[in-house]
Amino acid sequence: MRATEKMICIICPMGCNLTVTREGTTVLRTEGNTCKQGLTFAEAELTDPRRMVATTVRVKGAIHPLIPVYTEKPFPKPRIFDLLREVCQLEIEAPVAMNQVVLENALGEGINIIASRDMPRMST
Amino acid sequence: MAKQLKSQYDVIVVGAGPGGLAAAISAKKNGADDVLMIDRDLELGGILLQCIHNGFGVDTFKEDLPGPSYAQRFIKEAQGVGIDYLLDSMVLDVTSGRKVFVTGTRGGFKELQARAIVIAMGCRERTRAQIGIPGPRPAGVYTAGLAQRWVNVEGYMPGKRFVILGSGDIGMIMARRLTFEGAKVERVLEVMPYLTGLSRNYVQCLMDFDIPLQLRHTVKRIIGKDRVKAVEAVQVDDRWRPVPGTGEMIPCDTLLLSVGLIPENELSQKAGVILDPMTNGPFVDDGFATNIPGVFAAGNVVHVYDLVDWVTKTGLTAGRRAAMFAQGHCNENPVFVPTAAGENIRYVVPHRIDPETLTQDTIMLQMRVTQPMEEAVLVRVTDGDTLIAKKRERYVRPGEMVSLKLRERDYDSVRHAKELRVSVAPL
Ligand SMILES: Cc1cc2nc3c(=O)[nH]c(=O)nc-3n(C[C@H](O)[C@H](O)[C@H](O)COP(=O)(O)OP(=O)(O)OC[C@H]3O[C@@H](n4cnc5c(N)ncnc54)[C@H](O)[C@@H]3O)c2cc1C
Ligand code: SF4
Repeated sequence: MRATEKMICIICPMGCNLTVTREGTTVLRTEGNTCKQGLTFAEAELTDPRRMVATTVRVKGAIHPLIPVYTEKPFPKPRIFDLLREVCQLEIEAPVAMNQVVLENALGEGINIIASRDMPRMST
Repeated sequence: MAKQLKSQYDVIVVGAGPGGLAAAISAKKNGADDVLMIDRDLELGGILLQCIHNGFGVDTFKEDLPGPSYAQRFIKEAQGVGIDYLLDSMVLDVTSGRKVFVTGTRGGFKELQARAIVIAMGCRERTRAQIGIPGPRPAGVYTAGLAQRWVNVEGYMPGKRFVILGSGDIGMIMARRLTFEGAKVERVLEVMPYLTGLSRNYVQCLMDFDIPLQLRHTVKRIIGKDRVKAVEAVQVDDRWRPVPGTGEMIPCDTLLLSVGLIPENELSQKAGVILDPMTNGPFVDDGFATNIPGVFAAGNVVHVYDLVDWVTKTGLTAGRRAAMFAQGHCNENPVFVPTAAGENIRYVVPHRIDPETLTQDTIMLQMRVTQPMEEAVLVRVTDGDTLIAKKRERYVRPGEMVSLKLRERDYDSVRHAKELRVSVAPL
């Protein structure tokens, strides 16, 4: 069945208003996108929507109780809360280096969760 | 860290957020030998350390980084080029003679002399008092940025059921963050008839999690004695007056305010820096020099930028000019051309430009519009009837800064202009 749908592209801060004409989950046409990525976004939204996820993990022996972490690639949207439940169980030990893998292959999706910054050990 | 503090520096940078970091790095690279950064926080990086979400650096690094990663790249670079810094130290005063008075828990009170100063104190959040919400004063009313620090850095949840006032980016990003941490965000209220943050944040922070947004709505009253129990939301008319009969009680335990940022300029004013009432930041030229010779400004202290990439760029320019000033290499007698806000423009930064800059560099004019225009528009820079530069935009919105670059080819027309008036009109 052919249908049209409104979407906002979130690939860049421009946030183009897209009008997507589709047949099932196949995109026939997009209007309103400034660049080609708008089409890629619309296709992904209909078949496999993904988002970058950023949260925190508990860390021991550091100057702060938490270290910020994020998914190195966009993560499947329907599984975000499953991911957060998993990450919330973790506790790591300082020192931590930026980009250090905190959780490998999260939920078997082939995406690592990595540290957003260095976190030195607290000098005592 | 500064091993041994000197009493004199070529350039002292007040504030070590992305603006201050870029300024310090650029001052050093442009010939200032002794550069010192001072920050009241325990770490370098400024507000970025609490902005753990992605979206930073798309312009600067062509990568989508979280705030702390963006900051760390500059922190590493600053440490690499040998910039001294003083943390846990508050700058109390800056004088027009370029003295800096600082106090720290470890170092005590100190007086330092600089050849040039870059002020980079960032911005602060508007509070309840500044928007005047009536009602009692229970616990549970906080600014969104403060909540962001608690949740992301200190590991403390300020509540369970939230209402957020203001649809700016910080408010929307906090709505998602609190939802991730298991809280319920009942509603986001926005007094304007349009979203004030980016539409991508509306999608990925509110829509994705079914958090309702109500435009033309505000908080009329806060209910609760010791702790917030509910807020009364109400629809407003074009003049922000409550529409009778539209009140609605929303039970919640916390109200977050995301109602705007103001450049932090108390120190600048003490030094005699004159502020523009439209931007709340100093009047600056294209090198971000203020009216006080040798005092430059970088980042959100000038006006609130939407993107950190711009903050970095202004820092690089301010730092380079500060280094030039410290070495006595500035244009001695610039003949400035003022900029002016024309049709549908609220303000233009910089406030005046030295045409000679265009012989070596481009100059970016940055504007905020008064009214949104959801159609193709032409941004024009004119001097009387003479068109100096123009640019097309597909739309303009008050929440998104408009930029226009002046280039070398504009040198002659700018040099002969009395003013550079920027206006926006439908094509
Ligand atoms: C709560 C909040 C959230 C934000 N979220 C985003 C976002 O998600 N994305 C985005 O692009 N932008 C965001 N911004 C805008 C952000 O401020 C800029 O992108 C950028 O961080 C500004 O850099 P800056 O260097 O001008 O200021 P800041 O990063 O604020 O740095 C200023 C520094 O000056 C120091 N300082 C101030 N006064 C003194 C003093 N008297 N003595 C010593 N040190 C002092 C402060 O401690 C601070 O470290 C946010 C702003 C705020 C306030
Ligand atoms: S369509 Fe292109 S320009 Fe528009 S928001 Fe998407 S990525 Fe950005």
